[in-house]
Amino acid sequence: MIHFNSVSKKFGSSLALEDISLEIKQGEFVFIVGPSGAGKSTLLRILTRELLPTNGEILVGKVDITKIKDRDVPHFRRKVGIVFQDFKLLDDRTVFENVALTLEVQNKSDEEIQKMVEHTLKLVEIWGQRNLFPRQLSGGEAQRTAIARAVVGKPDIVLADEPTGDLDPKTAWGVIQLLNEINSWGTTILMATHNQEIVNTLKRRVIKLKAGKIVSDTKEGKYD
Amino acid sequence: MIRAIAFTKRNIRRTPFQALAASMVMFLTFLVLQIFVILAAGSQTSLRYFESKPQVIAFFKDGISSQDISAIENALQQEGRVTNTKFVSKEDALQIYRERNKNDPMLLELVTASILPASLEISTQSPQDLAPVAEILKKEPVISDVIVPEDLVTTLTSVTRIIRTVGVATVGFLMVFATLVIIMIIGFKIRLKRTEIEIMRLLGASSSFVRTPFILEGLFYGLTGTALAWVISYGLLWYFTPFLQGYLGEVKLLPVNPLFMLALLGGSLALACFVGGLGSIAAVRRYLKI
Repeated sequence: MIHFNSVSKKFGSSLALEDISLEIKQGEFVFIVGPSGAGKSTLLRILTRELLPTNGEILVGKVDITKIKDRDVPHFRRKVGIVFQDFKLLDDRTVFENVALTLEVQNKSDEEIQKMVEHTLKLVEIWGQRNLFPRQLSGGEAQRTAIARAVVGKPDIVLADEPTGDLDPKTAWGVIQLLNEINSWGTTILMATHNQEIVNTLKRRVIKLKAGKIVSDTKEGKYD
Repeated sequence: MIRAIAFTKRNIRRTPFQALAASMVMFLTFLVLQIFVILAAGSQTSLRYFESKPQVIAFFKDGISSQDISAIENALQQEGRVTNTKFVSKEDALQIYRERNKNDPMLLELVTASILPASLEISTQSPQDLAPVAEILKKEPVISDVIVPEDLVTTLTSVTRIIRTVGVATVGFLMVFATLVIIMIIGFKIRLKRTEIEIMRLLGASSSFVRTPFILEGLFYGLTGTALAWVISYGLLWYFTPFLQGYLGEVKLLPVNPLFMLALLGGSLALACFVGGLGSIAAVRRYLKI
């Protein structure tokens, strides 16, 4: 589903990613691990087409996303859900409105939005908080809202950049279980993390980056 | 588009003071514009009225005979410049006076036909003919005074020119000012919503989806300010109509034609769309790089 072929990314003279080649199949749950500055976030940002690689090609399905025109980028992004460490929720919108935003940008009808948002909020178990604003939520609730926003449009891929970074261990596990459940529907998940316990417990594919290079890629891997 | 309108409404509702400031600037700009247009149109109509009725009025001394009047009329007819003459007797003059002052009994009581002069109203081919005809009349011994509206036309022409020049300069300046204010406010809002814009882009919002609400916001400020300015200028005109009618006399300017006011509204709204749209598009191009 996702193919990285000799992808490199330079920021000035600094090499953030170097000759990355990998393949991720549909429905896989992949951890991207590595120390800070290893290139995890850069890899995810290239996958959302926020950044263009300096070299190489990236196929998502049959489309090389490095070659798609700027006007087609929004359509591509609708296939990718993104979860951030700092949630990136809009403070002046309720939980419901934050999640609905994904569908609003896709020009869904109000009826569809109502139905899909309700379904997703119930799924991530924050329907009761639908009228609260982000400042009124706990960390776990905020991250569940962010996950709901990422998956409400039924994307093929979910990219999670350190989604448990700001959460306590118990809440973090709740979020991971939720992502695991989303993966069980067939959604491909790429999650950048530092959390050894989660990686080692879940026993999923682990791609380890160091200084912009893949140093290991193991199924049912570990993070030492 | 419905979604874009909903986003625009939300943007406006959540920053009401900026919305008010932008609308007020547009209101002031278009109020000044509409007042100048009304003044220019009024002075132009008055000018046309006086130009279309080139007329010299000659007042006779008391005791003039009908032979004297006929002799003057015949002399004028031979001039070629004169198109029509009309004799107004003392009784006719009193009738006209009574008609004009019918609401003021004090003025009516004091005046009789004997104190009003008989007169001859002479229409000419063009305003340029007024002075030569007046010169002929001034030489007649039975004529006490000659009124030539030539000076009035000259004054009105220069007043109209001044109104146009000052109006164009003032409105031009205010248009530039209003456009800059719109750019500033929309630019500020774009910066304020940077995070929201970034998130919308990552969620797959198209460029037009992100940009349209900001452009609609600029149009909204232009249209609301202009509509309010039109209501106020029409209201002022309506309120002062009885007062102004006394000054305008026979010039049929007031009450103002509603079609003229509707045309003014249409023109102002179109111009407001241009200013609001131009300001917001400039802000979007400058501050919203997608």
